[in-house]
Amino acid sequence: MSVIIILLAASISIALLFLVAFILSVKKGQYDDEKSPPVRMLFDDKPKHSNESPRSDA
Amino acid sequence: MLQQAKSISKSICYHCGEYCDSHAVKTAGKVFCCEGCKMVYQILNESDLCDYYAISENPGTNQKIRVREGKFAFLDDEKIAGVLISFKDEEQAHITFYLPQIHCSSCLWLLENLNRINKDILSSRVNFERKEASVIFNYKAVSLRQVAEILTSIGYEPHISLQQLKQQKTSFDRSIIYKLGIAGFCFANIMMLSFPEYFGIDASERGLQLTFRSLNLLLSLPVFFYAASEFYISAWKSLKHGFLNIDAPIVLAILITFSRSVYEIVSGSGAGYLDSMSGIVFFMLAGRVLQNKTYAHLNFERDFTSYFPIAVSKIEHGNETTLPLPDIKLNDTLLIHNNEIIPADGIITRGKAFIDYSFVTGESDPVEKQMGEIVYAGGRQTAGNIEILVIKEVMQSYLTDLWNRSDIKSKERENEHSFVHGLSRWFTWILFSIAFAAATYWYFHDSTKIANVVTAVLIVACPCALYLSNTFTNGNILRRLAKNKLYLRNSTVIEAIAGTTHIVFDKTGTLTEANKITLSYHGKFPDIHTNACIGALAAQSNHPLSKAIAWEMATEEGLLVEKFKEYEGAGIEGTVDEKRIALGSAAFIKAKTGFTVPHKDGVFVAVNDNYMGRFSFSHQYRKNLVELLNVLGNKFPMTLLSGDNDAERENLQQMFGPMASLYFKQSPEDKLKRIKDLQQKGYKVLMIGDGLNDAGALLQADAGIALTENSNNFTPACDGIMEANKLQLLHKFIKLTKANRNIIMSAFVVSVIYNIVGLSFATSGQLSPIVAAILMPASSLSILLITYGFSNLMTAWYGLKEH
Repeated sequence: MSVIIILLAASISIALLFLVAFILSVKKGQYDDEKSPPVRMLFDDKPKHSNESPRSDA
Repeated sequence: MLQQAKSISKSICYHCGEYCDSHAVKTAGKVFCCEGCKMVYQILNESDLCDYYAISENPGTNQKIRVREGKFAFLDDEKIAGVLISFKDEEQAHITFYLPQIHCSSCLWLLENLNRINKDILSSRVNFERKEASVIFNYKAVSLRQVAEILTSIGYEPHISLQQLKQQKTSFDRSIIYKLGIAGFCFANIMMLSFPEYFGIDASERGLQLTFRSLNLLLSLPVFFYAASEFYISAWKSLKHGFLNIDAPIVLAILITFSRSVYEIVSGSGAGYLDSMSGIVFFMLAGRVLQNKTYAHLNFERDFTSYFPIAVSKIEHGNETTLPLPDIKLNDTLLIHNNEIIPADGIITRGKAFIDYSFVTGESDPVEKQMGEIVYAGGRQTAGNIEILVIKEVMQSYLTDLWNRSDIKSKERENEHSFVHGLSRWFTWILFSIAFAAATYWYFHDSTKIANVVTAVLIVACPCALYLSNTFTNGNILRRLAKNKLYLRNSTVIEAIAGTTHIVFDKTGTLTEANKITLSYHGKFPDIHTNACIGALAAQSNHPLSKAIAWEMATEEGLLVEKFKEYEGAGIEGTVDEKRIALGSAAFIKAKTGFTVPHKDGVFVAVNDNYMGRFSFSHQYRKNLVELLNVLGNKFPMTLLSGDNDAERENLQQMFGPMASLYFKQSPEDKLKRIKDLQQKGYKVLMIGDGLNDAGALLQADAGIALTENSNNFTPACDGIMEANKLQLLHKFIKLTKANRNIIMSAFVVSVIYNIVGLSFATSGQLSPIVAAILMPASSLSILLITYGFSNLMTAWYGLKEH
C-alpha cells in the first residue's frame, strides 16, 4: 500500500512540474507568435559565406 | 488598341518580383523594376546581407513610390519619441515598430540582422503574426529617427499612426489558456486516481480508497473555483440582462455535480463524479479556446486614428516644425506633403490640391481644389505639396464626425443571440420535466432515491454537448474560412452571414479594383511614333492622370521633350520630336486648337494644334464579378450603394439584373440610412464595402465585410475582412456558414442519443461513476469527430480550400 502512495506522490509531482513549465511558457509568450520560431531556427543552421560578422540572437 | 503598342518585357525585378517595364534599371547583372528596388539591393549588398535574396525568391516589396525624405523628422520630437519608446535606460532604448510589409522568412531574417547595417542597433526581434519588430538600439549613437530611416531604406517603412499616441499596450489575454492547462492537469490526474474505483477497489483497502477520493476532491478544487469561472461569469452576465444563455444550465450542472460529489465523498457513500465534471470543463474550455482564436495581424476595431499620421509639419514664421496631431489648433498653418493624408479640415493657402477622397467618400476621381477652397480631413493629397490653414480641429472634422455617428449599433449587437441559446433553453425545460417525472415516480416507489435520481439526471444531461458541438463547429468553420482568406471577427458573425436575406455592395474598391485604372481612347488613332511622343510628354507631369497615360503609351528610347510647360488645372504641352503636343482639359484644348470637343470628361489630346481624341478613365471590375452577381442574384435581392456618379449605371444594372436597386452619389450617411431602411423592411443585410465611407454601413448591417487588397492594408471597423480576390467565392462562403448550423444540429442529435442512454441509467437510479466516466468522453469525442469531419466535408463539397 505504501508503495502506491509513493508512486502517487511521484507521478503527481512530475505532472505538476509539467504544469508549471506549461504555465511559464505561456507567460513568456511562447504561444503568441507561432510562425517565426520554426523559421528562425533554420537560419542559424545555414552559415553561408558571412560567418565572421557577429550576429545577435538576443 | 493602344495596349498592343506597349512593349512587353518579360524580365522580373530581382528585388520585388514584379514585371519590369520600360523603367527597368540594371546593376551587377541584376534587373530591377525601379531605382527604389535597386537602392535597397545596394544597401543590402554593402552590408553583406544578400542572403536576403537567397532565403525566398524576390522577397522585397515594390519601391516605386519612394518615401519622402524627412518623413520621420517628427521622431526627433522628444514628446512623440517618449510615447513610442517602451523602455529606456542609460544605454539602450526599446521600441516596437509595426511593419506591414513583413510577409516571408527573408523579412524575418533581414530584420533580425539589422545590426549588420548599423552596429548601434543592438538587436531586433520579429513577431511574425503581429508583423512587428522590436528593436533595441543605443540611442546615444543612433537616433530613433535614424532607426526608422534605416528600416525605410531597406524597404520596411514603419507605420506610425495617431492610434499609437493614445494606445494602451494591447496585451493578449492568456487567462483562458491557464485555465485550460490547469483543467487538463486536474482532469487527467482525477481520471487516473478514479481507475481503482472503476474497476472496483477492494473494500478491505478502505484507507487507500479514502486517499484516492480525498486527492480527487483536492484536485477538483482548482477546476471548480478557477477553471470553470469562465462559465460562471458569462452565465451571471446574461442572467443580469434577464436572458438565459447556454452557460446558465451548464453552471447549474457543474454546481450540482460538485456538491453531490463532495457530499458523497465526505459521507463516504460514493466516489462522486469529479472526473466527469473536470473532464467536461476541460473540453468546454478547449472548445472556447478554439472558437476564440484571433487573428493577431488583423484589427476589426479600427477607427480613423489608425489612418492618421502621428505628427504633421507646421509652418511657423516661415519655419517648418513638427507638431503632434492632437496639438493642432485652429488657424495653424500645416504643410501637407505629396501623398500625405490631410489631418484636419482647412483652407488651402498655398499650392494646388489634387485630392483623392476615394477612401472617405467613395468617389473614384481625385478632386481638384484651388487656393482658398476648403479641403476635408481624410483626403489624400496626390500632386505636390500644399499648405492649409486649419479651420476645424482634428476631433471635430468631417471625418471624425462620421466616425462618431457610426458607432450606433455596437450596443445592439450584444443582445443578438445565437440559436444555440434558444435550443439550450428548450433542452433545459425538457430536462427539468424528466427530472420532475423521475422524482414523482420514485416518490411512490422508493422516496429515499429522489435526491439521488434528480441530481443524476441533471448531471448527465447538462447541455454541455450542445456547447461543445457549437464551439468546436464554429472554431472549425472560422478556420476553414480563414484558409480561404475570409477572416471573421468572432463566431456570432457566422450566423449573421448565414441569416442574410439582402446583399448590399459598395462600388469603388469593392466591385472595381482599387488601384487599377483602365484607360480607353476615343478618336483618331495616332501612329506608334506619335503614341510614344504623347507618352514621353505625359511622363513629364506628376499629375495622376498624366501618369496613367504615360504608363499605357508605347515607349521609344531617346525621345526628348522640349519646351515643356504645365498649366495648373488645365493641361500640359511640349514639343517632342518636332511634334507640338498638348494634353489637357476640354477648355485647354479649345484654347489651343479652337476645336470644341464633344465631351466634358477626360483628358484630350492635340498634335500640332489638331484635335486627335480623348482619353477616358474607368475603374476595372473585378474578375468573375458577373458570374458572382448572377449566382447571388438568383437567391438574394441586391442593392448597390455607390459614392460615385452614375456614369456606369447601365452597365451595372445589366450586371446586377433588373430587380436590383442601384443608388449613386451616396454620402456615408446615405449609405447608413439605406441599410437601416432595408432592416426596417425586415431584411437581414450583408454589406460588402471597403473604405471609410462604408464604415457606418458596415457597422449598421447585420454582417459587414470589408474587402482589402491584402490583409496588411487598413480596413474600417467591421465583422469580417476578406481578401479582395476572393470576392468571387462569396456565394460559397454564405453556403458554408449555412452548413454551420446543420453541423451543430447533427452533432447535437448524436449527443442527445448519448444523453438518452445516460438518462436511462440515471432515472433508474443506477448511474455509476464508471458509466458517467465512459459516456462523457465518448460523447465529447464523437462530437469532435462529427464537427471536424462534417465541416471538412462541406468545405470540400463547396470547392473551397481545406488546408
